[in-house]
Amino acid sequence: MLTLCQALNSGLRRAMEDDDKVLLMGEDVGRLGGVFRVTDGLQKDFGEARVVDTTLAESGIIGTAIGLALRGYRPVCEIQFDGFVYPAFNQIVSQLAKMRARTGGRTGLPVVVRIPVGGGIGAVEHHSESNEAYFAHTAGLRVVYCASPDDAHWMIRQAVAGDDPVIFYEPKRRYWVKGEVTPEDAGPPLPLDRARTVRPGTDVTLLTYGGTVATCVAAAEAAAPEGRDIEVIDLRSISPLDVATVEESVRRTGRAVVVHEAPTFAGFGAEVVAQVTSRCFYSLEAPVERVGGFNLPYPPAKVEEEYLPDLDRILDAVDRVLAA
Amino acid sequence: MTTVDLADPPVTNPFTGTTGLPRTSEGWTQLVTPDGRLHPEVDADRDALGRLTRDLYRGMRLARRLDDEAFALQRQGELGLWLQCRGQEAAQVGSVAAVRADDYVFPSYREHAAALWRGIGPADLLRQWRGVAHSGWDPEPYSFHIYTLVLAAQLLHATGYALGVQRDGSDTVVVTYFGDGAASEGDASEAMNIAAVNAAPMVFFCQNNQWAISTPTASQTRTPIHRRGAGFGLRSEWVDGNDVLAVYAVTSAVTEHARSGNGPAIVEATTYRMGGHSTSDDPTRYRTDDELKAWRARDPLARVEALMRAEGWSDEAFLGEIQAEADELADRTRRECLALEAPDLADAFATVLADVPQLLREERDAFVAYRASFLD
Repeated sequence: MLTLCQALNSGLRRAMEDDDKVLLMGEDVGRLGGVFRVTDGLQKDFGEARVVDTTLAESGIIGTAIGLALRGYRPVCEIQFDGFVYPAFNQIVSQLAKMRARTGGRTGLPVVVRIPVGGGIGAVEHHSESNEAYFAHTAGLRVVYCASPDDAHWMIRQAVAGDDPVIFYEPKRRYWVKGEVTPEDAGPPLPLDRARTVRPGTDVTLLTYGGTVATCVAAAEAAAPEGRDIEVIDLRSISPLDVATVEESVRRTGRAVVVHEAPTFAGFGAEVVAQVTSRCFYSLEAPVERVGGFNLPYPPAKVEEEYLPDLDRILDAVDRVLAA
Repeated sequence: MTTVDLADPPVTNPFTGTTGLPRTSEGWTQLVTPDGRLHPEVDADRDALGRLTRDLYRGMRLARRLDDEAFALQRQGELGLWLQCRGQEAAQVGSVAAVRADDYVFPSYREHAAALWRGIGPADLLRQWRGVAHSGWDPEPYSFHIYTLVLAAQLLHATGYALGVQRDGSDTVVVTYFGDGAASEGDASEAMNIAAVNAAPMVFFCQNNQWAISTPTASQTRTPIHRRGAGFGLRSEWVDGNDVLAVYAVTSAVTEHARSGNGPAIVEATTYRMGGHSTSDDPTRYRTDDELKAWRARDPLARVEALMRAEGWSDEAFLGEIQAEADELADRTRRECLALEAPDLADAFATVLADVPQLLREERDAFVAYRASFLD
């Protein structure tokens, strides 16, 4: 059993052992092991040239990672908190994401950008954001979320081994949750861009990712004694989106609720609803519902539990789609 | 906190073999006066210096001819946009000629003279501006990265590349070009700082051409850009950017300085953008004829012509040869430009990621089918 944080650490360790071009870089990732200790002990074992304490400059981190990738390296960057990624926005959106297309497919940049994401840990402002929609909207990036130790370990290895830039979200309120990790000889449990049915059901499909996967599973378990059989799908990769898995499920259940922490307005859930509506329209028994953050700046910690989708708000939406 | 003596070790002047670079009373390095007289301290082998000067002149003359032809092609509707490098040929040719062919260059978007020197041909230089691609060439054979249009982003790419060079134990030096406007971007400061902290083997080459579109340098920065070196911990040099031999000497000196493990350098080359920012610009709205006239008198090509005449390094035959070569390049530029055809948008779907995911495939197939429905 490993915590999600430890599973990331072991995944990064393995990625560095597998390929000596893999570098870790970010603010305080070396000596300290990162503010969440994801890279704990790696600088000691791999040295300062491969686990790099960078200057305090997010654009600089991503911009130099691009240069290192052009030189043949595979940088894994840590952005210390979700709200700190914006200074690097140009380097991610205009430079990192577009290099392959700008070069007619010739030059891919294997850069992974790890971002601890979302709320639920009582943090101060700018430390609890869900900004995935910005990156999912950008062609040329893969945007993935790990939600369990098993996925954390294997998805980070797959992200590092791939040839595309990856925005790798780590739901920080799940860092300390323990779980089994698929052993080495059993290989990666799923390709990086595939969704997973984490709980099968027949009545309604909950489509979610990241920090709200566990909330959705808990909601499904809570509703089971009332005779509601809820399916939960962890999308895992929001770009590209595994529409086949989503479509198969919703056609079967006829009802869907999309759940994420980000504000629902123009949030990634809107894309999921659009895909579900056009692909499953004649199987739908009810309008697709969304449960997410409100269209507000992320609130102060004392009221974040009201802002975040919880079990009750999810079941309320389930009630609405079942009532239709 | 260790401090760095930024003048140590002293650099070597390639033309004198002595340490240090001659500075005028203005404080910059100038080896040839605007009227073509050579600095008295230059005592290099005159034949060798003559050969070098002729080579550099050829590079500048060819670049200007290509630049003029591209400008004409834009005015005739064959290019969507062109950014003239007229006036900056000495800064570009002098610097790129001073580094090794395998030293890696990260240009901004106006470095046509440097690109041409590296062997990048007219078709590759023009395709982006004709609107048939987002970049022109495969950087690898030329050690010359594609143009970057969001200013100063390339300074960080260059710095990262130099950090890779360092890890590889290679003796390559990375050179990156930027302008006085780009120097105001946060990425420029981040890059110089990161390069200095890591003693990255690189040269930040600033072509201060006096104007960032319509904003003069005086509105861009309160202190000369080369002085930032002291703040960040870079070796700093200031050079007359319209003096090709001075640019060559300074760039050569700081590049070898960086190659020897002494850390990065910044060069500010004071020059002038004689054209508009781009073919869409109208510089008469913000600068005076007198200013343009004063800089025309400092034309970098005219200065070399005067020098070559004075030193007996050129004759009618040499100038005639170059003229013929330039005319041929102009013909080739026009021919290659007109042959550049638009790509098939359907091919773009395969250039976004390493594979084509389901949704993108569906979108491409739907687009291709839709388009085909109009045929016949």
